[in-house]
Order: sequence, then C-alpha cells, then structure tokens
Amino acid sequence: MNIGVFVCHCGSNIAGTVDTEAVAKAALEYREVVFATDAMYACSEPGQAGIVEAIGTYALDGVVVASCTPRMHEATFRRTLERAGLNRYMFEMANIREHVSWVGKDKAANTRKAAELVHMAVEKLRRNERLQAGEFDIAKRVMVIGGGVAGIQAALDCADGGLEVVLVEREPSIGGKMSKLDKTFPTVDCSSCILGPKMVDVAQHPNITLYALSEVDSVDGFVGNFNVTVRRKAAYVDWDACTGCGECAAKCPSKKTPDRFNEFIGLTTAINIPFPQAIPKKASINANACIKLTKGKCGACAKVCPTGAIRFDQKDELVTEKVGAIIAATGYDLFDFTKYGEYGGGRYPDVITAMQYERLLSASGPTEGHIRRPSDGAEPRDIVFIQCVGSRDKSIGRPYCTGFCCMYTAKQTILTKDHMPDSQSYVFYMDIRSPGKNYDEFTRRAMEEYGAKYIRGRVSAIQPKNGRYLVKGADTLLGRQVEIEADLVVLAVGAEAARGAGELAEKLRISYDPYGFFLEGHPKLKPVETNTAGVYLAGSCQGPKDIPSSVAQGGAAAAKALSLLSKDKLASDPQVSGVKLARCIGCGKCESVCPFGAIEMIEFRGMPKASIIETVCQGCGVCTAACPQGAAQLRHFTDNQILAEVNALCL
Amino acid sequence: MSPRYAYYPGCSGLGSSLEYDTSTRAMCESLGVELVDIPDWNCCGSTPAHAVDHLLSACLAGRNLEIADGMAEERKLDGIITPCPSCLKNLKTTQRSLSDPEFRRKVEQVLGKPLRAGLPIKSVLQVVVEDLGVEALGRLVKTPLAGMRVVPYYGCIMVRPPRLMRFDDPENPMALDNLLRELGAEVLPFALKTDCCGAALGTVRKDVVARLSGRILDAAVEAGADAIVTACPLCQMNLDMRRPQINRANRSRHNLPVFYYSQLAGLASGQGEAATMMDKLCVSPRLLLNSLAQHTGERA
Ligand SMILES: Cc1cc2nc3c(=O)[nH]c(=O)nc-3n(C[C@H](O)[C@H](O)[C@H](O)COP(=O)(O)OP(=O)(O)OC[C@H]3O[C@@H](n4cnc5c(N)ncnc54)[C@H](O)[C@@H]3O)c2cc1C
Ligand code: SF4
Repeated sequence: MNIGVFVCHCGSNIAGTVDTEAVAKAALEYREVVFATDAMYACSEPGQAGIVEAIGTYALDGVVVASCTPRMHEATFRRTLERAGLNRYMFEMANIREHVSWVGKDKAANTRKAAELVHMAVEKLRRNERLQAGEFDIAKRVMVIGGGVAGIQAALDCADGGLEVVLVEREPSIGGKMSKLDKTFPTVDCSSCILGPKMVDVAQHPNITLYALSEVDSVDGFVGNFNVTVRRKAAYVDWDACTGCGECAAKCPSKKTPDRFNEFIGLTTAINIPFPQAIPKKASINANACIKLTKGKCGACAKVCPTGAIRFDQKDELVTEKVGAIIAATGYDLFDFTKYGEYGGGRYPDVITAMQYERLLSASGPTEGHIRRPSDGAEPRDIVFIQCVGSRDKSIGRPYCTGFCCMYTAKQTILTKDHMPDSQSYVFYMDIRSPGKNYDEFTRRAMEEYGAKYIRGRVSAIQPKNGRYLVKGADTLLGRQVEIEADLVVLAVGAEAARGAGELAEKLRISYDPYGFFLEGHPKLKPVETNTAGVYLAGSCQGPKDIPSSVAQGGAAAAKALSLLSKDKLASDPQVSGVKLARCIGCGKCESVCPFGAIEMIEFRGMPKASIIETVCQGCGVCTAACPQGAAQLRHFTDNQILAEVNALCL
Repeated sequence: MSPRYAYYPGCSGLGSSLEYDTSTRAMCESLGVELVDIPDWNCCGSTPAHAVDHLLSACLAGRNLEIADGMAEERKLDGIITPCPSCLKNLKTTQRSLSDPEFRRKVEQVLGKPLRAGLPIKSVLQVVVEDLGVEALGRLVKTPLAGMRVVPYYGCIMVRPPRLMRFDDPENPMALDNLLRELGAEVLPFALKTDCCGAALGTVRKDVVARLSGRILDAAVEAGADAIVTACPLCQMNLDMRRPQINRANRSRHNLPVFYYSQLAGLASGQGEAATMMDKLCVSPRLLLNSLAQHTGERA
C-alpha cells in the first residue's frame, strides 16, 4: 500500500503548539508511507487540491490526515478521496487538535504525541478494506414534536414541500406560548392575528395529521425508519364527533377549575375548549375537576352534547407512526416565580408573572383586555416590572440570559400606556439586552415615547403597604436606594427547559445541556441538527429564543428534513458489524446485548448462528466486545486494527 | 439522653435583655435541654470588633469557642447555643474563618492555644424549632395565648447570610411563626419580618433607627397586631426602649408591646408574669396581658 500523510497547521491552532513539519518528517519513517507533508489548512480548497494531486503523483491508495476531530471534517476528506478516485474508506484521521494542541502547551511533548497518533492511524489504515455503502428504503414522512410557533412553521414547511407530517402536541391545542401573548415585539402586532391563520393552515393541510393532547411514548429505529409510538391521552370526548360548539362548557357545573391556558388567572369549567382560536377546536375534560369522573355523578355535558360525543370511559390510546425524520420543537417553560421569597410571588396576589400579565392584556383573556389587579379587580396605576427573574443568577442554577424578557418587558410597558394613559411603569433591570433588528430602537421608544422609568438595579424586597406594595431596590447608577409604591408588580420570569425535556431527549437519543435544553450538532455550523442522524431541533427547546428566531429555526429544520427525505434511498454506513459464520458458536450473547435489535439468530447447516441486520446496526461495537469467539467484528474497527494501533503506540 | 449544650448568654443577656436570658433558661429547662454556661466567657466583639479588625473579632469569639471545646468531651456537649443572633453570627463567622489555616495560625498565636472550633453552633430558636420541634413546646402549653394577635419579627441576621446561618428561609422564615402558633397565638403575615431595625446605629444615628424601626411598627399596626415578638436583644431594644425616640421623630403614637418569644413560651406554659419578667419591658404589656387573662378566664 502507498500511504500519504498530511499534517494540518489549522492556522496557528495546531502549528502554535505542535511542530507539524517534524510530525510529517517522522511519518515518512512509518511503514508504507511514501509521502508526507504539512499544510496550512488541509480542509481548504488548495489543501484538498494538494491531497488530490499527491494521490495522483505518488499513486497513493490510502490517506491519513492529522488535523481536527473527525466530527468536523471526516466527511470532507472522504469526499476528497473519492474525487481522486480512491475508495472513501481508505482514509484515517488523527485528531491532533482537540486531543493535542488545544490541551497541551509543551511543544516537544505535543509533537511526540501527534507523531504517535499519526503512527496509529497509519497502522489502522494499512488494514482498512475498501468498503461499499449499501442502500435502504426510507419513510418520506416527518414527525414534529411540539406545536408552538416553531413546530407549526416546521410542520407547514415540510407539508408544503410534499412530506407527510405528523404533529404531536401535548396540550389540547397547538399554538404554544405565542397563543397566550397579546401583542408581539418589535412591531406590536396582534399575536393571534399572525399565529391564528398558521394554526388554521395546520388544521386544513392535507399532508398534516395532528395529534393534540398526545405525547411521545417511545422511539425505535434510526434515520429514515423511525417507529414512534404516540400516546393519545384521553380527552373523554370523541373528537371525530365533537363539533366544538361549546354547549358542554356552558352547562358544566364544575366552574371553579383552574384555568391553565389563562395562567391560572380566573377559572374555567371542567370540560372546555381552552381558547376561542384553539386548533383543534375540540372540547376535552380535565379529569381532576370533572364531577362525573371524580364522584361518579353529573354528566351534564353528555346530556347537552348535540352529537353525543362525550365518552367518560375513554382511555389513552397508543398509535405507532413510521417516519423518516423527527423535528423536536418542544419549546420552554417558565421559571417558578415563587422561588424568590423576597418578591413574594405566590404569597401576594398582585405580584404576577409576565405571562399572566399577557393574559390580562389580551382581549380574549380573563379580563377581556382590561388590566385589573387579581386581588381586588381594581385598575392599577403604578406598575413595577422586575427583569431577570430566574435568569442570570448562579445562586439558583440559572446562569444564562433568557434573551427575550428585556424585549417583552419593554413591549408590556408600551401596551400598559396604551391601555391606561395615566399609568406609570417602572422597570428594574440589570442590563438591557436588545440586539435584534429594530430591537434597541424599540426599548428606547418604551422609555422615551411611552415614559417607562427604567431603574438599573435589583429589587431587595416587596412588602404590602396600605393595599399597595412597597418595592424596595437599588438604583446602581445613582448609587442610591429607591422605594416605589406599586399597585401591581410584574415579574419577567425567565425561560427554562420544557417539563420532561430530559426524558424526551433520552427517548430520541439526543443530548441536552445541564439546564435541559437540547444540544445542537455544532454550536455554529449545525444549529438545527443533533448528533443523532435524522433528528432536528427547532425553537426554544434548543435554548430560549424569541418568535423570529423560533420561526427561522422551524423553517431551517424543515429544510434539513426535506433535503434528507428528498432522496428515495439513504446510503447505509458499511462500518457495521459482521459475523464470521465459521467462528460463531451460536451462543446468542450478541443478540442479548445489542441495544438496537440488529442481531437475529439464524440456522446455518443445522447450527444456530448470529446474523447482523445491516440496515439496523448502528456500529456501536457492543457485540464485538461481548462475543467470546471474536466472530462478531465491527468492520473498520476489527480486533486486528485496534491491536495494530495499540502496538504502534506501545511497542 | 437529654441534649446538653454549652450556653453563651452574650453581654446583653446579663443586662439589657435579662428577661430574654432568664426566660430562655426557663424554657430550656422545661424542654429538658441542659445548659452548661461557658465559664469565664467574654464579649463576642459585637458590631464594633469586626467592623475594625477581623483578627480581633475572631480572637474574642474564638476564645469562647476554645473554652467550650475544652469541656466538650467531659460534659458530653452537643454544641454551643446562644439566644442572641448577633453573638451567633460572630461565633459562626469565626468558626468559618478558622478553616483558613493561615488565619487560624494567627488566631492561635494571639490566644496562645490551639483551636478546634468543631462544635456545632446554633441559636436557641434553631434548637427548639429544628431539633426538638415546636410540638415539644406545644405540649408544655397550659394557657394558650388565645386571642393574642402577633407579628413575628426575626430581624435581619437570624437567617442571614443564608450560607452562614443555615437556618430557615432567608427571605420568608417561618420558624417563629410556627412556634407562636403552637403557643396558641394568632400569627399574622408580616412582610417586614426580616427587615433591618437599624441595629447598632441606635447609638450614632438615631434618625436611621427612628426611620427603620418606625416602619416596622407602622407595618405591625397595619397588619392588625397586638404585639411584636422578637428573638434578638438589639431588635427588641430598638423597638421597645427607643419607642419614645421613634414616636417623637415620626410623630407617631405607637404603643405595641415587644416581647421575646421565650417570654411568651413561659407565659403560655404557666410560668407567670413575674418569672417571665414582663415588668422589664419598657412599653408596658399590661393592657394586653390583662385582656389575655380575661380571655383565658372566660374560657375557663
Ligand atoms: C411573557 C412573554 C412574552 C413574550 N413576548 C414575545 C414577543 O412579543 N415577541 C417575541 O418574539 N417573543 C415573545 N416571547 C417569546 C415567545 O414566547 C417564544 O419565542 C416562542 O413561544 C417560542 O416558540 P416555541 O415553539 O419554540 O416554544 P413554545 O411556544 O414553548 O411551544 C412549544 C410547544 O411544545 C409543546 N410541548 C412541550 N413539550 C412537549 C412534549 N414532550 N410533547 C409534545 N408537545 C410538547 C408545548 O405544549 C408547546 O405547545 C414572549 C415570552 C414570554 C414569556
Ligand atoms: S433578556 Fe434581559 S431581562 Fe431577560 S435575562 Fe437577559 S438581561 Fe435579564
């Protein structure tokens, strides 16, 4: 074999602490290496051209590139080899950036280590085979989990592109947080007016199947062929029969049910349609509040329902959907505002969250758009807004900035002035973070045109006083303590990962950060991909985001799914396991350890043998470790190859 | 075995807050908590020492810790307790700063003795609420404080700084609330329960105390309280002894009595006014105590 070695500088990333020239020189001593050189940027156009040229000039039949992680550029260099007419698997990468130059400062030691890593790669490459990828059929369908604005956008774009879409939403209606908002920054246009039509499009699109009040139960399979089991929770109403007329809610005697949609301001009935624009516009019963379901008596709704849709005996139902790709768009939840004792959230009725305030502002909210104090229904005059509640605070495990609360607070002060011209808003802030297009102008408008008084500092305590609230805080610009008497206090609660995000991530086999937000494939270059092929992210489930960014990501995730499923077949990775029948004793250990169910037991000349289903095998290598006979071998990572690497290092 | 603690009364316990010290000792006795006085104890340094010199402050508090250490084994002590939150803060701060070996060496050099400072240090309130449970106190109640409407006032340092004091919720503590409820009093929600009363500024900036303590009194009246209940000698002094100054400065006419919780515990368990030293309070609780007696009498 003729092997060529290319040692990359990565600018100064590698060359700063590794003598790349010396590494290339050392490589010339390794067996079957006929050419070695260093290059400024191996991945760049001239870098790749150099590899192609060397392959021709030196009749190379295998290449080692010593550079960054294979996660970054393995695919790039494999394509380079193919362009030069080599098999793409006659390639190895030695990671001398993440594993060497970025972690060690001692240039001599780094250089030695880099040379050893190259030696290992060469020894492995000498035993590589010219593998050929197979092909497998795929399901041209996509599942979107979460029907907030990001999920809606992703579903519509996929459906318009011709894919069949299954949209799974755990609440009775899609719409997410945006459906609760009154108006939206930075244009102050009505949230329902811009979201409503999109929700209707979802309901009417022939390519979209909507499962509301449903959650993902389990996920099997792999890119192109996922089998997702969805739990459709009992609504106690036959949605095929329900026309959404609302007669049931009008007659329901359980009228003191906490109103989740209205953020627990006001009450609703046990059977209800959460809000007038709900999609699907179907009634469902809150089992904890229903008199019939808790006490066995009542059934008022069943008596009035014109289509006889009420089903008190309805049970959860499981349905399995086969899809080629999955888009997670499960959004965020809000910080628990009772956690800061000093603000008295949960203790003082007129200390509310910003989302509750949105419901007070909304014309379809519990006060029909009149701002009223929850305690006594009076119209407030002085309103204090406190920003960064549950954000940027290490002491409560929320060090990150939510990013959109500065903006929505400014919006709420503007709307407050519009609703009540005699009112005065005060905003306690740490910094104003408004870097979007037209965003800073917007916050300035809140101050300059709408007269919101911005005070830079934190609030130390809120105390009831004569039916109002004394808000005590610091003005850190004036270096003074301030006290403001307020009628209403609005806490700009930050975003945290959606409830159950971690469990869902584990079902999808994607990673999540310490706070529960899903991890993207690469923070810059793969913002909507994950490390699991065929699973994409959209919206706030990846990190708090405002509506424009959530919609942009929804579209981006849809584009990824569309491009993946635009092919009829996907190439299978040939770096999978294989069983040498002559060695296999049919013990079945591999079958029991395989996490993907990729091994089946067959009969061969009357003897039991293990056999790999290549399209299911993910190449994890667990079977090779379990096999007592060395019969199961992971192609491209055979025992011999790994031993050769160890020998290169140790002998 | 009944718990046994080294007891640090603090200077005010022998003077301005004698009624706190006396009623605390009585309460501990009836709860079966044995107190062993730290022999030859000295002032913890109070506010002035740590304000000018951390080493001085640590040496003053450290000497007391060292004496307690010395008898810990022989007397089988469970820890050190004090009724005063300010003393508590000094003792605990010192214990914490001694974990720095360099600083510890300096303190030991001054004291001329090695220091262990390993005994747990708590307030009497914390022992009653966390270790014994307020129910233990409840079982002693003979004449519940029925009809008495109180606001609990913790002061700013009983629960703060949280990582040092490690007791109750730093923003909305409930220890005293629950304890007083157990004694039969009607406990009103009190938003200013951890606000500052002005503390030691009473000697140099009376105006600050008049303003801060004045607010606490205003809020207690607004809440509808018959009395304020404290667990701190300095808070009690500001709210009680300085009442004429406060009233004068604010043109107010507050006359709410300010009790120590231990006095009320004694009263409820039938120890009587003399034993609980009700006469030591500056703002007379006479009217309130009479109506309480009447109330109990009516029910009897
Ligand atoms: C008070 C307030 C005001 C705001 N105002 C503005 C504004 O004016 N302008 C602006 O741009 N942004 C605003 N925002 C931000 C805005 O809410 C978000 O940008 C937007 O909602 C993000 O959309 P999303 O689809 O990513 O997430 P979400 O809206 O959270 O939607 C996620 C959806 O997924 C569902 N879901 C969650 N978990 C699961 C699961 N396991 N299975 C199935 N379904 C699941 C949820 O029920 C929900 O329907 C505001 C936020 C707040 C808190
Ligand atoms: S966006 Fe503004 S209010 Fe929200 S966490 Fe960041 S700085 Fe605080």
